[in-house]
Amino acid sequence: MLVSINWLKDYVNTQQLPPAELGEKITRSGIEVDAVIDRSHGMTNIVVGYVESCVKHPEADKLSICQVNIGEETTQIICGAPNIAAGQKVIVARPGAKLPGDIKIKKAKLRGEESRGMICSLQELGIEGKLVPKAYAEGIYVLPEDAETGSDVITNFDLDDTVLELGLTPNRADAMSMLGVAYEVGAILSEEVQLPEISYNEVSDTAASMLTLNVDAPEANPLYVAKVVRNIKVQESPMWLQQRLMAAGVRPHNNVVDVTNYILMEYGQPLHAFDYDALGTGNITVRYAKEGEMITTLDDAERKLSGHHLVITNGEKPVAIAGVMGGANSEVSDSTTTVVIESAYFASGSVRQTSKDHGLRSDASSRYEKGVDPNRVIPAAERAAQLLSELAGGEVLAGSVVFDELNKEEKIVKVSPDFINSRLGMKIAFEDMLDILKRLKFDTQAVNGQLVISVPTRRQDIQIPEDVVEEIARLYGYDEIPATLPEAETTPGGLTPYQAKRRIVRNLMEGAGLLQATTYSLTSEKSAKQFALEETDTTRLLMPMSEERSILRQSLLPHLLESVTYNTARRMDSVALYETGSVFLKGDNELLNEQEHLAVAMTGLWLDNSWQGEKKPVDFFVLKGIVESLADKLGVQLTFERGQMDDLHPGRTAFIMHNGQRIGVMGQLHPSEQKARDLKTTIVMELNLAALLNLESEALVYTPVPRYPSMSRDVALVLSKIVEAATIETVIRNAGGKLLKDVRVFDLYEGDKMEEGKKSVAFSLTYFDPEKTLTDEEVINAHDKVLAALTEVGAELRS
Amino acid sequence: MEAQLQELKTQALDQIAAASTVKELNDVRVAYLGKKGPITDLLKGMGKLPAEERPKMGALVNVVREEVTTQLEGRMAILEEEAINMKLQSETIDITLPGRPVKTGNSHPLTRVVEEIEDLFISMGYEVAEGPEVEKDYYNFEALNLPKGHPARDMQDSFYITEDILLRTHTSPVQARTMEAKGGEPIKIICPGKVYRRDSDDATHSHQFTQIEGLVIGEDIRMSDLKGTLSVFAKKMFGDDREIRLRPSFFPFTEPSVEMDISCFKCGGSGCNVCKKTGWIEILGAGMVHPNVLEMAGYDSKRLTGFAFGMGPERIAMLKYGVEDIRHFYTNDVRFLSQFQRTEL
Repeated sequence: MLVSINWLKDYVNTQQLPPAELGEKITRSGIEVDAVIDRSHGMTNIVVGYVESCVKHPEADKLSICQVNIGEETTQIICGAPNIAAGQKVIVARPGAKLPGDIKIKKAKLRGEESRGMICSLQELGIEGKLVPKAYAEGIYVLPEDAETGSDVITNFDLDDTVLELGLTPNRADAMSMLGVAYEVGAILSEEVQLPEISYNEVSDTAASMLTLNVDAPEANPLYVAKVVRNIKVQESPMWLQQRLMAAGVRPHNNVVDVTNYILMEYGQPLHAFDYDALGTGNITVRYAKEGEMITTLDDAERKLSGHHLVITNGEKPVAIAGVMGGANSEVSDSTTTVVIESAYFASGSVRQTSKDHGLRSDASSRYEKGVDPNRVIPAAERAAQLLSELAGGEVLAGSVVFDELNKEEKIVKVSPDFINSRLGMKIAFEDMLDILKRLKFDTQAVNGQLVISVPTRRQDIQIPEDVVEEIARLYGYDEIPATLPEAETTPGGLTPYQAKRRIVRNLMEGAGLLQATTYSLTSEKSAKQFALEETDTTRLLMPMSEERSILRQSLLPHLLESVTYNTARRMDSVALYETGSVFLKGDNELLNEQEHLAVAMTGLWLDNSWQGEKKPVDFFVLKGIVESLADKLGVQLTFERGQMDDLHPGRTAFIMHNGQRIGVMGQLHPSEQKARDLKTTIVMELNLAALLNLESEALVYTPVPRYPSMSRDVALVLSKIVEAATIETVIRNAGGKLLKDVRVFDLYEGDKMEEGKKSVAFSLTYFDPEKTLTDEEVINAHDKVLAALTEVGAELRS
Repeated sequence: MEAQLQELKTQALDQIAAASTVKELNDVRVAYLGKKGPITDLLKGMGKLPAEERPKMGALVNVVREEVTTQLEGRMAILEEEAINMKLQSETIDITLPGRPVKTGNSHPLTRVVEEIEDLFISMGYEVAEGPEVEKDYYNFEALNLPKGHPARDMQDSFYITEDILLRTHTSPVQARTMEAKGGEPIKIICPGKVYRRDSDDATHSHQFTQIEGLVIGEDIRMSDLKGTLSVFAKKMFGDDREIRLRPSFFPFTEPSVEMDISCFKCGGSGCNVCKKTGWIEILGAGMVHPNVLEMAGYDSKRLTGFAFGMGPERIAMLKYGVEDIRHFYTNDVRFLSQFQRTEL
């Protein structure tokens, strides 16, 4: 909402406050002033000129040489506008004038001819092009004939004005009008509000004699008022009206349309003017559209209507979409002589839906959507009749054509001063409360110590006692509220075990050298299921903004890998990222099964101690080590099973298992996937973190520190290449008995000294008895069993 | 013989003094004191002396031997120290070479901000509550006093999955769920999480972002309690000399509603580019829980009241760290992420 302070002064005394100060007061008491715009832009030396003569420049086709009377003198000005002509009153910037955009006007010679000043367009005075009347959009602005030659343009045409741009929250629909803002300012400054005085003459013929009205949808249109004005002359509006509309951000058209827009801004009540003759039937019928019915609206768009769209018809065909936009077929034109002025109350839900369906938002629909004041519908129609008779020479027919089933009663809200003070934690005196309500022009009675408030219908947002609390507090001043802390009993607070463990996981990942990444949950069809741990259907948005962000992810890895590529493409070759976040799986319940996952992606060097010559590229086992330390930290048993997954290297992929359940996957990206993503060797992992964090940890009880020495024996085995170390380890553990405490691989050899298809794996076995020092004999005994078992499974002892 | 002995001694001492390495000195030791050395020979030859001379001569030999031994040990200590010193010198390293890098990662800046806020409120007795990102329309809107068709739904255009299921547009549904679960009992929670809105991504908008909301419900919770709580938050988060100011605002789920500004932490209030010359920075929205919201969740709004507040960790991180583009938080450029390593304590 753009509020011209000069216009506002018609209704309320602004106490000559500087605009910025007034803006600050409005902001601090509830409506945010987003900008304070000086319409004069510091302009000086701009006067009304009379073009006495205008001839073509001999040296330039597009220029005219004008002799312009600017009061004290007649001066020569070269003008390039196509619409310049002798006999016009124009806006002249004299030499020394300042214009917006830091432009200074100087005497100049244009193609040999002297020019002493500039004839201005409205754009050159800082008015947005879209607000300039169409007739002057491409040239200079022509002032009315009665403009006084030599007089100052800035003061005479209301450009010495400041506009406050209000950022309105949806509840403050009341401030979508100059009167509403006047009430707000009146409450802030403790000033009265002056409503426009409405008076006009009516002719003896009645509106009802020319127009009949049927309303077939009273729930969507409980109040419809039509007035008929005849013998009007459609022409340009007077300057003051045009300037006020431009200040309010509305483009002037002609006096009829301008009057409806002026009252829209003044009262917040949308009006519509129909050309009576174009209606053709002398009838207005408000009904729901027929399915598929068509209308061409004022913006020249043809629109298909549905059964829930409310339309105004002439009894036969639609002439307007109710509360949204008029139809082209009944538009007021230069030849219009009789108009029907509509002022109506359309239900907000109906207008909202219709405007949404057609993607059509107008100044009218945005007000109806939020609810207009039931008690301004009729006055607005009267005000229109007055202005049309004053500005368009119209004759107002007697009375109105009215359908009225609208409840216009004021709402009563009762609230006690104690309630207000206890909600605020303050001690505002009863008298102060009464004073604030008086400033708001809320009719208030004190009954048995209670405030009984009649809320004016313009304030539809005041419904319950809490709303009154806010009104009192905001006008009393939020700065006056003390700062306290809740007095209720103290609670311990804290993280749940799940949340605490999630932090532990993060710390571990970061301690292991990984950076935490955050990626988007919405992804493309193509990426949605890549690397997913479970097979479920994908979930698509009803109305995605793009295909790239249309599906909920089922794995964190695709986006994490995109982040890796983003970095490697910028020559950061070593990247190690992790992320925790939800994936979204179709489940049995109504909502999705949201699973918190942990994912890691790493590429490049893991260790790079350059001057000492140590370089270690990332590999499967770097990441496996991190997963193993995660398991240790959380106290869970994770095992790794050889596995296969699309886009992972078939020989370098493992499923991460817990209690026989697959809870994760890790491996190297498949070379073709690496190529597709423009990556070098990249190792990834993703697991169902929620499954791990939801496990209850066992109590930690200490195991005694060994009091007796342990003994170790190494064994090197020649194995077939396909035999996995874990298989042999199991054989060893099973054969080793109670005394075998630990088995560890300490060497692997697959070089060319080995027979084809064979490898050598060396294990270190640790024997230990917690009760006593082991004897050689006991160890030999146990170890022999291990060796026998190994021989039995075909492992060859290497000497 | 005595003269012979004295000459031996002189010779030995000269050689001890001349030895420049441990090895040479050891050779001297063997040469003079060893089993085949001249002193031993002298002792062996004592049998040829008259019996009365033997004790005198024996003592004399012992004196010489002890003196040679003492000198030799002293010299040995010196030479050993020299040897160690030489070894140490040869082992000198260039301590200005870089250390072996310890690979450390760090949290995402948003996690850093969220955890800081969580920990602050935990210390004031709050619990951390979380909930689903894919939510029912009921919890996201209706339970929060935003019935279907409510004009305020315009403020947050949403990603729907079905007519009744959507990606949550704020973390408030966690509050609605917590209230429903608590069955009318007091609440003190903070709710961090990801939220989604139909915004095109640019420097200041992101279709996915994070939020932290807080909710306190209890007997006699007043607006002054909200102000006091937010004041503590502002000082802890942005510095002890921060002041706060409340401005009236509108949210469907609170009444009265406020927006909170803090005095600019860069210029202290005199006006700069961070606060756009106003001296104040808008940080969060808050208010007293709307009675409709309380009643919908089964609370007696006459008996229990509450306050709620909500803020955006992205905005806080952008202000705190001077980040100019919200997209940095989701691009995961390691040159960005790795800057949030060090502590600010």
